[in-house]
Amino acid sequence: MTEATIKPTPVLFTGKWHPKKFALLLAIAGIIMMFSALTSAYIVRKAAGNWLEFKLPAIFLYNTIVLIISSVTAHLGYQAYLKGQASRYRWLTAITFGLGLLFLGLQVLGWEQLKSIGVTLDGNPSGSFIYVISGVHAAHVLGGIGALLLGVKTAFGPFKQSPRRTLRIQLVNTYWHFVDALWIYLIIFFIVQ
Amino acid sequence: MANTRTYDEDVLIEEHGFEDHFHDHHHGDKYQTSFLTHYIFSQDHKIIARQFLITGIFWGLIGAMMSVIFRLQLGFPEESMAWIKPLLGKWITVNEDGFGTLAPEFYYALVTMHGTILVFFVLTAGLSGTFANLLIPLQLGARDMASPLLNMFSYWFFFLAGVIMFYSLFLSTGPFAGGWTAYPPLSILPQASSGSGAGMTLWTLSLVLFVVSVLLGGINYVTTILNLRTKGMNMWRMPLTIWALFLTAILGILSFPVLAAGFFLLMCDRTLGTSFYISEIFVGGQALENVGGSPILYQHLFWFLGHPEVYIIILPAMGLVSEVLAVHSRKPIFGYKAMVFSMLAIGFLSFIVWAHHMFMSGINPFLSNFFVVFTLIIAVPSAVKVFNWITTLYKGNIRFTAASLFAIGFVSMFISGGLTGIFLGNSVLDIQLHDTYFVVAHFHIVMGVAAFFGMFAGVYHWFPRMFGRFMNETLGRIHFWGTLIGAYAVFWPMHYLGMAGVPRRYYSFDNFDTFAHFDGMNKFITVAAMIVFVLQVLFIVNFFYSIFKGRKQKTKNPWGATTLEWTAPIDAPHGNWPGKIPAVHRWPYDYGKDGEDFIPQIAPLAEGEKDHGH
Repeated sequence: MTEATIKPTPVLFTGKWHPKKFALLLAIAGIIMMFSALTSAYIVRKAAGNWLEFKLPAIFLYNTIVLIISSVTAHLGYQAYLKGQASRYRWLTAITFGLGLLFLGLQVLGWEQLKSIGVTLDGNPSGSFIYVISGVHAAHVLGGIGALLLGVKTAFGPFKQSPRRTLRIQLVNTYWHFVDALWIYLIIFFIVQ
Repeated sequence: MANTRTYDEDVLIEEHGFEDHFHDHHHGDKYQTSFLTHYIFSQDHKIIARQFLITGIFWGLIGAMMSVIFRLQLGFPEESMAWIKPLLGKWITVNEDGFGTLAPEFYYALVTMHGTILVFFVLTAGLSGTFANLLIPLQLGARDMASPLLNMFSYWFFFLAGVIMFYSLFLSTGPFAGGWTAYPPLSILPQASSGSGAGMTLWTLSLVLFVVSVLLGGINYVTTILNLRTKGMNMWRMPLTIWALFLTAILGILSFPVLAAGFFLLMCDRTLGTSFYISEIFVGGQALENVGGSPILYQHLFWFLGHPEVYIIILPAMGLVSEVLAVHSRKPIFGYKAMVFSMLAIGFLSFIVWAHHMFMSGINPFLSNFFVVFTLIIAVPSAVKVFNWITTLYKGNIRFTAASLFAIGFVSMFISGGLTGIFLGNSVLDIQLHDTYFVVAHFHIVMGVAAFFGMFAGVYHWFPRMFGRFMNETLGRIHFWGTLIGAYAVFWPMHYLGMAGVPRRYYSFDNFDTFAHFDGMNKFITVAAMIVFVLQVLFIVNFFYSIFKGRKQKTKNPWGATTLEWTAPIDAPHGNWPGKIPAVHRWPYDYGKDGEDFIPQIAPLAEGEKDHGH
């Protein structure tokens, strides 16, 4: 399809989900189940007592902001792509990718800080859970960063609007917003618990 | 009306399909040019289905052989096992008199591997992997799965999981031996048993890859069913096979990630020194450093998968049986919608009954009550299904082929095994019956043998669709009658053993005078098990012989079925239908309507005719 036929609409298949998008939603459903299992395990284990209470390092909170901003830039990048603003789209995609890396880096720092206040991976399960749950989340973020890297590579190539690229950006962004929302859930869960 | 109906296939297939991007000039799949890409790394769902089936048969043979070996130990402990030494090597110790004894730790490994292999590799991958791949695109009128690539990966992840599991059988410390449920602490502490070291590491690795395979497959199946149905194929016109496979895939997507989470914590405990599942334990006089873990937590995570898993096994069998029964009794399935809703109910309930596997492992008795009630409620949709299968057969013009015999046998097994489920679902009766042969008898009949019967019905029925030839009917019927009688002979007596309190998983009962008088029964069970095993070998011989030498399929629709898979050419290419895909005009169970033997789904409604679906 040529550029002229592309409408600035996120819907490619009217009236029906695009199969790949639907498949992504199913994968997300699976990931949600996995984290519900982990967080319910946390609740069940906590209820059993012998639970070390400690304050979560503030770095995890800063990190939440980083991830939220990256979601915003991802969305703005997509908007720019739809409007045909090539360079804005390029830089926003690159910034999203950078923020993703920053998030992972800060997570590692967060784990270091946890360790420095005496909460270790092989200590009381209350600490182990934080490491394991945030670690599994980080692995999912890493997957998103891999997809974003491909997105950056495409974005810095020749600019064109095509249904294929629209779909790919939508898929990557959907997943990215999901890991973002997942982290917000997890951080609220950790704080409330 | 009959003579006015036209459903000449060629005319209909020319009708415009729905969102169809197939191009004739590709001749199916442009990538499939070499042997390697056509038969090995194929993205064609029909080839992948056959790969799943043949791999499943391989694992079925291994798993069944294991059961014969441990049955020999149980039935004939006084006989020498020296003759299996060439196969099992150091796991058979031969004394100076030439008397061979099976190593107890290997007995446990055999039991564990038998369970793991049969539950995951044969009855999950071999059953729903095969038929979801074969039937979903063909019965829905799709060219292939939503993502043929991920579908191919689904098979190869399964294959890799199998390679790792197979490798673990040959470790010098033996494969994992702590039971297929891998309860901690046995599964965490390498000191606990020889199989809990490298064997367990490979076991977990293999099953994590298996979870990936199930998820890739399941995501594909659900997406295909919801997105790639042909024109006119609304949800209420889908054959029950598709409904069953659809719900199976959803159960898989929702439950397997929980198992993955459980395994992940298990791996952390094994390798990173965390204490999720283990607490203060003394091993060899030394206290472990772990503090505050809970083994019950693992059981919750495991059975949250484990219970839906038994429906992941039985639902596809139910779907296959419903289809085979309708086709071979030349009657519409009785209560189509009731069948769908009962499957939905079973699928939903399967998620809120998991703790009935844990009545005796220390959960709160008040909590047990909740799980008892929901467990017993499962009997309601199950009874609806049984009623509908029987009423489908009632006054049917039944063709007793091997396929339909196995489908009828499934109903019999499902009733026998389901009834004992009502006993076991009671937490009070469980005090006596838990961990006895009563449990073994129950789940082997209701989800082992029954699921196999469904699978056999499917294999005999769809064999022409897979290989363009028929399996030998006579051998098929011998296979059926022998297996039906044999399976009851194996598992029926086990109920008595269980009610008398004989515990499962024991290597030997030599030291239990209480159980001494069951010697004869154990011998009987073992002999029956060996006969059943030989009959399964007969099936495998028939299967492979028929692939090459079976009677050739001459007409597209040999069984006179209404569904779409029989409208594709016998040697359908990748893409299934040359030219346009078929459009659907009616529900899939128009058998014996208005005096016609059957009306295919592609036949348009005659004037004034009403569709049973929507």
